[in-house]
Amino acid sequence: MLIIGERINSTRKAVGEAVKARDTGFIRQEAIAQAEAGAHFLDCNGAVVGVEAEPGALVWLVQTCQEATGVPCAIDTPNAQAMEAALKAHQGQAFINSITAEKAKFDRILPLARDYKAKVVALCLDDSGIPQTLEARIRNADFLVKGLTAGGVAADDIYLDPLVFPVSTSGEAGLHVLETIRHIHAAYPGVHTVCGLSNISYGLPARKLLNRAFLVLCIGAGLDGVIADPLDQPLMALVRAGEVLLARDEFCAEYIAAARQGKLE
Amino acid sequence: MPSLLENLAQYVIEGNAPKAKETTDALLEQHVPVADIVNKGLIAGMEVVGRKFKSNEFYIPEVLIAARAMKQSMEKVKPLIADAGIESKGCVAVGTVQGDLHDIGKNLVTMMLEGAGFEVIDMGTDVGPAAFVAVVKEKGVQALGLSALLTTTMPAMKETINALQEAGVRDRVKVMVGGAPLTQAYADEIGADGYAPDAASAVDKAKELLGLAA
Repeated sequence: MLIIGERINSTRKAVGEAVKARDTGFIRQEAIAQAEAGAHFLDCNGAVVGVEAEPGALVWLVQTCQEATGVPCAIDTPNAQAMEAALKAHQGQAFINSITAEKAKFDRILPLARDYKAKVVALCLDDSGIPQTLEARIRNADFLVKGLTAGGVAADDIYLDPLVFPVSTSGEAGLHVLETIRHIHAAYPGVHTVCGLSNISYGLPARKLLNRAFLVLCIGAGLDGVIADPLDQPLMALVRAGEVLLARDEFCAEYIAAARQGKLE
Repeated sequence: MPSLLENLAQYVIEGNAPKAKETTDALLEQHVPVADIVNKGLIAGMEVVGRKFKSNEFYIPEVLIAARAMKQSMEKVKPLIADAGIESKGCVAVGTVQGDLHDIGKNLVTMMLEGAGFEVIDMGTDVGPAAFVAVVKEKGVQALGLSALLTTTMPAMKETINALQEAGVRDRVKVMVGGAPLTQAYADEIGADGYAPDAASAVDKAKELLGLAA
């Protein structure tokens, strides 16, 4: 299971302030903690500084994270200019977060994914807006897989995000995500799926419980990437347990190692 | 013993649509004034729902089910409202600004405003400045509610207000803004008339801006 650590997001107040003040110590700490907890990529979002200052903020975030950990980053911006600046500064294979099936955005981001040989989070979203039905999600997934592979992105570098919405406002929101994940893995072997979790529980009590239950269901449906807080130890323990149960952890090695490190408590 | 009107308010609060509709029918049969059914029953119930939501006692699905009970009961009295001479509190157009597709906050505000007796035009999401200008010019709305969930789309609120100014209609309409990343300071900075931190407060703010008793 590929883990993208979500903590370095400037819409979080403390991170936003650190980005504005270029507080290297704070960002290093966040990066190291997530890498030690098992993050494979560190999401970097610097949107809080505004469009014009965003390229500089993202470059600084990427460099600070990589100097601290050597772990690659997921560059989180809709802004192609900021994306390219950060990709240039990045060492190794970066993650682009994100591309969508919206025509203009697809055309702007695809060349970056191809030229920088990056992995991409591809949101199942097109110009008609947020998909209201299962069919619309699947249509967008189909478009993205075909368009990205035709454009020179390797199937193994594509992580489709089915888009998670709150079950509090749309009762079938969880079900649609699970169905979309199943469809993608059945129709496109080799292509991956990824999603965030916390949207699912918006507007409801005991949100962590819902997030965790949803993660387990998603893993069962085939999800093999997640954008989450790796410092949420119970959540990470469920990832490891799920992988064992789905025969994705040979000889249960990761699970046992995590237990020895006290990470399953 | 609670009156039938109090029962109606309570059924709205509980989100019991069948009972709310039944009670509305009973009130109509007893020739209770339509204005009382609307104000002391349906709107009174939704006011309690709004307060409880604001204080985190109620969760979103409870607001949705209450709004459904209110709406279905309102359908029964709607044909009688014109004859009863009830005036609308005013007309508000609500939309999520350009580039932003998030609709949950905007939908809650729409429901709460309707629940408080406002006429509401729901403009949807990703609404450009020109569309807001057009709704002011063509529909004569008294207030606009602009929603944004992203820090990256907040500037579209300023663009919308600028467009209203350029079109010469800024003084015809009150502009309220809201959404997770918004603050009163940002609302002041972009020249909005008001900021509401949640859907229930949006109703209070609309009443305040339009000079209605809270």
